[in-house]
Amino acid sequence: MSDSFSQLPGRAKFAAAGAGLAVQNQFKSQGSRGNGPSIVFSALMLLALTIAITAIIAILAWAFFEGRTRLDMDLIFNGPSTVNKATAGYSVAILGTLQIVGGVIALIVPLGAGAALYLEQFADKSRWWNRLIELNIQNLAGVPSIVFGILGLAFFVRAPFNLGLVAAAGSATIALLVLPTVILASREAIKAVPPSILEGSLALGATRWQAVWRQVLPAAAPGMLTGVILAVSRAIGEAAPLLLVGALTFVTFAPNFFEGGYSALPVLIYNYAGRPQEEFQILAAAGVLLMLAVLIVINSFAIWLRARYERSW
Amino acid sequence: MNVPIGEETVPNEVFTLKDVSVYYGKNLAVEKVNLPVYENQITALIGPSGCGKSTILRSLNRMNDLIPGAKVTGEVLYHGQDVYGADVDPVQVRKVIGMVFQKPNPFPKSIYDNIAFGPQTLGMKGNMDDIVEQALVGAALWDEVKDRLKDNAFGMSGGQQQRLCIARAIAVQPDVILMDEPCSALDPVSTFKIEDLMNELKKDYTIVIVTHNMQQAARVADRTAFFTVVSDDEAGSRVGTLVEHDNTDKIFSSPANEKTLDYVTGRFG
Repeated sequence: MSDSFSQLPGRAKFAAAGAGLAVQNQFKSQGSRGNGPSIVFSALMLLALTIAITAIIAILAWAFFEGRTRLDMDLIFNGPSTVNKATAGYSVAILGTLQIVGGVIALIVPLGAGAALYLEQFADKSRWWNRLIELNIQNLAGVPSIVFGILGLAFFVRAPFNLGLVAAAGSATIALLVLPTVILASREAIKAVPPSILEGSLALGATRWQAVWRQVLPAAAPGMLTGVILAVSRAIGEAAPLLLVGALTFVTFAPNFFEGGYSALPVLIYNYAGRPQEEFQILAAAGVLLMLAVLIVINSFAIWLRARYERSW
Repeated sequence: MNVPIGEETVPNEVFTLKDVSVYYGKNLAVEKVNLPVYENQITALIGPSGCGKSTILRSLNRMNDLIPGAKVTGEVLYHGQDVYGADVDPVQVRKVIGMVFQKPNPFPKSIYDNIAFGPQTLGMKGNMDDIVEQALVGAALWDEVKDRLKDNAFGMSGGQQQRLCIARAIAVQPDVILMDEPCSALDPVSTFKIEDLMNELKKDYTIVIVTHNMQQAARVADRTAFFTVVSDDEAGSRVGTLVEHDNTDKIFSSPANEKTLDYVTGRFG
């Protein structure tokens, strides 16, 4: 895989590697992968994996233990409340998060795929501006999310877009935040498509655009979806930038994408968790599980889509 | 002009290469090739590694355009028209001059879709099922795959994949098929099948094949062009040149040039 890897920030590196592998797997011929790593090395890797998984399980177990009494329908269907502590829920925040994530997907799929295709297939790499774009995308993947929040506030909420403190502004901000990851993952996915596929199409008299659109892009699609899945996972959990672009905590009405206040799951969880009352602590823990459930539902769809793409060959 | 010995009429020249040189950046890769390619014949390009035979092959349908910095000088005349002319669209050139590559490169799609891609892209009229069947019959693959057209092409054997690539190339009804060492990744049985197929195909197409395998050239080619590489150690350059071209029998029995004789008898290269 590419040597530009080592310069990438952690999350993006992970995304890019996953995207590349997803595509390469399909072109790999059967056969052994050579000698396995030594036992010591395997043991170390297993240990690392165990620690990572144990941490996740511990968090989940804690959330379940804390929030188990509030895993009811009120959690999903009731709005936030400071009065009815025992029945307050997340309905408005779920809608807000779904709207934000929907907007993010609508923005990052065409932008991410387009940017990656341009950089991999059409850009002349000997030109300095193309190298500058590449370098900037890699750097942007490492910028703290709060910076994107400030950018969103200045750029989307206020002039020139002037959207106001609405879910659309939250979507656009989060989309910018995850876009570098999507682009990097998509580029890896495109890179993993053997050049012989492009050559083969061109040799049949296809134009470059036809070859890219009908052969390279479908072949890279599963890897690109991997990037989108990771981006969505991140988009669901981001709270910091949303705080700056208006994810109010106690809106009691369903949000409208372009009008009025909105809330999001992580922001509301954060708010509940900061309250002293026991009930809200429980509610926050239940909210963590709820957020995970929403994440799993959305990602299962993407994974199903990816599997379908892989199978239709 | 070389008139093939023992033929009553001179076959049409499909390609006429006049002083063709190919550069990669500032490096000269092949120098001043003059070569005719005749209609409905198999013309083999042979020679040691680095002699520029593949480079010349890829200049015939402008596949070299894909390599940044590649430049072709001289004239590559296709039925009298320069394929590198100012008003020539390389996409149009590749429609009539198909290509089969060294390593089978089926698309990651079904067998059917592999064939259908070309005709669909070019907007060819007619029943697609018929077009696909015809192409597969033409590539002697129909009987082996007719019951699994919807299967992934990657599930085929290497030899089948390469014949699929040939079927894919003839599905768009080209005039010429270029083959860049089509058998180098295949076992002898598959190689034999493809050579057999080439003999069938030359009735309808003109074929130019690059091969590392001299016996293959001797078996299938009507004409053979021998390339070699001239190294200049002081300048550190290696430039490919065409030594000679003639009927295959002549090249392998009594070539005009000493170097050719050394190569075909295995004394060099």
